[in-house]
Amino acid sequence: MPLAESGPPMADRNTFRLMLLILGVVFAFLYIPISVLVGLSFNEGGLPTAWTGFSTKWYGALLENDDILKAAGNTLIVAVFSTLLSTILGTLLAVGVEIRRRNGKWLETVIFAPMIIPDIVLAIALLSMFSLMGVKMGLHTIIVSHVVFNLAFVCAVVRARLKSFDWSIVEASADLGGSTLNTLRRVVIPVLMPAIIAGALLAFTLSVDEFIIAFFTAGAGRSSITLPMQIFAMIRFGVTPEINALATLVMSVSVVALALSQRLNKGGLPGQ
Amino acid sequence: MSRHILRNGTGLIALLAAFATPAFADGLTVSNWDGYMAADAIDNFNSETGNTAELVLHATNEEIMGKLIASKGVGYDVVFVSSPFAEVLNNLGLAETLDHAKIPNIGNLYTEATTLSHDPGNTFSLPYAWGTTGLCYRSDLVDTPTSWNDLLKPAESVSGKTTMLATDRWLLAAGQLSLGYSVNETDADKMAEVRDLLIDAKGTLLAYDDTTFYAKLVSGEAELVQAWDGWCNYGIGENADIKYVIPEEGSDLWVDTMVIMKASENKDAAYEFVNYILDADNHRWAAENILYKVPNEAAMSGVDGGLIETFPNMGMAPADMLKFEQLRDVGAAQRDYSRLVSEIKAAN
Amino acid sequence: MNGFLMSTDRRPMLLMTPALLWLFGLMVVPCLLILVLAFFRRGIYGGIEYTWTFENIALVFDPLYFQIFMKSAGIAGLSAAIACVLGYAAAYAIAAMPRRHQPLLLFFAVLPFWSNYLVRTYAWIVLLNREGLIVNLARWIGYEGELPSMLYTEQAVVIGLVYNYLPFVILSCYAPLSRLSPEIAEASRDLGGSAWTTFRRVTLPMTVPGIATGFVFVFVLSIGNFVTPALLGGGQFQMIGNLVYAQFLTANDWPFGAALSMVLIAVMLGLLMGQAVVAERASGGKRAPDG
Repeated sequence: MPLAESGPPMADRNTFRLMLLILGVVFAFLYIPISVLVGLSFNEGGLPTAWTGFSTKWYGALLENDDILKAAGNTLIVAVFSTLLSTILGTLLAVGVEIRRRNGKWLETVIFAPMIIPDIVLAIALLSMFSLMGVKMGLHTIIVSHVVFNLAFVCAVVRARLKSFDWSIVEASADLGGSTLNTLRRVVIPVLMPAIIAGALLAFTLSVDEFIIAFFTAGAGRSSITLPMQIFAMIRFGVTPEINALATLVMSVSVVALALSQRLNKGGLPGQ
Repeated sequence: MSRHILRNGTGLIALLAAFATPAFADGLTVSNWDGYMAADAIDNFNSETGNTAELVLHATNEEIMGKLIASKGVGYDVVFVSSPFAEVLNNLGLAETLDHAKIPNIGNLYTEATTLSHDPGNTFSLPYAWGTTGLCYRSDLVDTPTSWNDLLKPAESVSGKTTMLATDRWLLAAGQLSLGYSVNETDADKMAEVRDLLIDAKGTLLAYDDTTFYAKLVSGEAELVQAWDGWCNYGIGENADIKYVIPEEGSDLWVDTMVIMKASENKDAAYEFVNYILDADNHRWAAENILYKVPNEAAMSGVDGGLIETFPNMGMAPADMLKFEQLRDVGAAQRDYSRLVSEIKAAN
Repeated sequence: MNGFLMSTDRRPMLLMTPALLWLFGLMVVPCLLILVLAFFRRGIYGGIEYTWTFENIALVFDPLYFQIFMKSAGIAGLSAAIACVLGYAAAYAIAAMPRRHQPLLLFFAVLPFWSNYLVRTYAWIVLLNREGLIVNLARWIGYEGELPSMLYTEQAVVIGLVYNYLPFVILSCYAPLSRLSPEIAEASRDLGGSAWTTFRRVTLPMTVPGIATGFVFVFVLSIGNFVTPALLGGGQFQMIGNLVYAQFLTANDWPFGAALSMVLIAVMLGLLMGQAVVAERASGGKRAPDG
């Protein structure tokens, strides 16, 4: 009988069946809508009303759509730069915070806030500031804005790893005459590397998908339209088969990034 | 590995700084609604004039206004907005005062289009398209509507299959017209009546919709919608049973305009662009592609007769349109309008 | 701790400085700016007039906006509650599965959360609209009658919000459930507690912090959301997020939009404090052996 080795007690077989049923229902709820989109993206006719045959023509249509390609390029630029910046800043922050240990409540709040602050509030706050300062908005303003929440997530992932960090190896390095920077570089960073990369992948995923802050802090012109902004515009103009294909592609990218991140950082789930 | 990352960190930041310093020596930036110009218009303009114009899209007047006010117009050269919003841009000092000497094609406009109430003499805006707001419906599914009340107090069989425009001014206009008030009415008591009427109407709506109402007619999701005439034409183009009617209480005269931004760094190209659009052939090409009437006499006289047969509202004479009142910027009363719309949308 | 970089050392601060400066300049300052903006007046044509006023703050408590606030709190609360019930059940079920299968189940439960938010919302448009998949399915099965529109309703908005945030709740509820030692529950049963009593008296109280975290998260994100009400509500339902969006992009009333944002921040802080209290209560007294 498949009893749990730990966790809540299993009264009997019926309870176990009930658990399976719950899982089935929840997973169906989570996956049916997504699967429908993926399925429809291969539907020749493109409409949800009838299956007219398998086709990849909507993917072909995407590749010929300059606006979407341009938006995808912009998204990549934003995601790569904001990920690099936030990974550096977030990792340093995590190491600093964990070494210091005695952190006041205000510090913890400032580090935690970007993860929980409503997107719309951060978005309009940044828009107001950029606007009042007369900053020209564009991809660069989206990037610096994305770093705000990204660095907090990187920091959280790296901190989780540091909780189980063996500080004695740092001491050993220091005893051997290593400078602080050298110790950091040669000892701390390599040990943390899986967590850092996991954090970076998480940041990348978040940045690729982020819409609200990008929408408000983007500048004029095609040059600062990201993929989610393009998707939003397309959805507003109705249900089209290209969106299904685009959605499937965007989803695949996120899934691959998340899967990689999970593999690298076993146990430390993002958001946990 | 780690060493590289750290060492490259400084290089990276330098790179980012270089990247972040505005690479804004871009060409002309034109913002328009999606599908509101012929698809090849920008490319043709670029190849004919040697410019490097790019088109960006906004979904609504409000969206582009928010962006323009936030950036004080910087980054945009020519924007397409409806006339009350052009007025606001002018009042905020963001609109360029037009030098007609640089727009020779302005002579192509109908006389009626040069004396429009929002901007007599075209001092800060050039009309691009104009028309009416009425009812677009599936003639095979509903009886021919004659009044705004057919939309606001729909028959049982149509209830739940109507949509209204989401934009504050046109949403209110439906109620204002139905009650016989001006579309610029600001009297509190009268507007309270409008609000109550629209709140009652809300209970029968499928949705508020500015962008996909014609698609909803085509799919059958909706059967009777408040629509701009030109956009109804898109539906007519896909399903001949779709028809457009101006209710007996009347309509507004809407005018979509081109405004050159005062902050534009490409003013010569901007003038060149608006002049290009007002060219008889180009403006006709626009009309034939977007299925909206254009206020350009030289252009309209060349429009294919068959097109007007298919889309009857394209044949409406300017004199007939001018019988209707234009939406105007209501200044301080806009805050009251916003509030009314909030009340309507918050109602159950 | 070790000699390297002690807490009295300045060097950890040095490591933290770049990130903290970033957060200060691009989060703290803008939020303070919003705070200040809320006390200015709106210009006639939009924009900001630099004279002090309390009218924006007063306006927030105006019956109309208060009503919108309560309504969106209601929608957010309902969504959060449903998400918590579903999420807790799912987390409990995952924790009841053999240990070796749990990480994979959890991974697949969280996976949709990392796909694009707009795409996940859009999927429901495809499913729910009057000519959409569900209606067509019903017709295919043989249902003849007229179906009411499922899209553009309050329920559609709630479904969209639950759908989008459910994975987070599963995650936040799973954490305490997985740490729960089976011995405690066994002890409870040995002492004569029924399964239900064991759950109610032992399991649930010890996992309340996870539920609270999930609830706060869903509630805060829902009440500030403007995309889901816009796409699934057909513009007929306003959340505080829509109102803020409208002030900045439609009404050009930045000061009032700023005042509304402050309310959002206040709600968020209030809930976070509440959650901290719940967590403290749960950990005081009845602490799980290992957590």
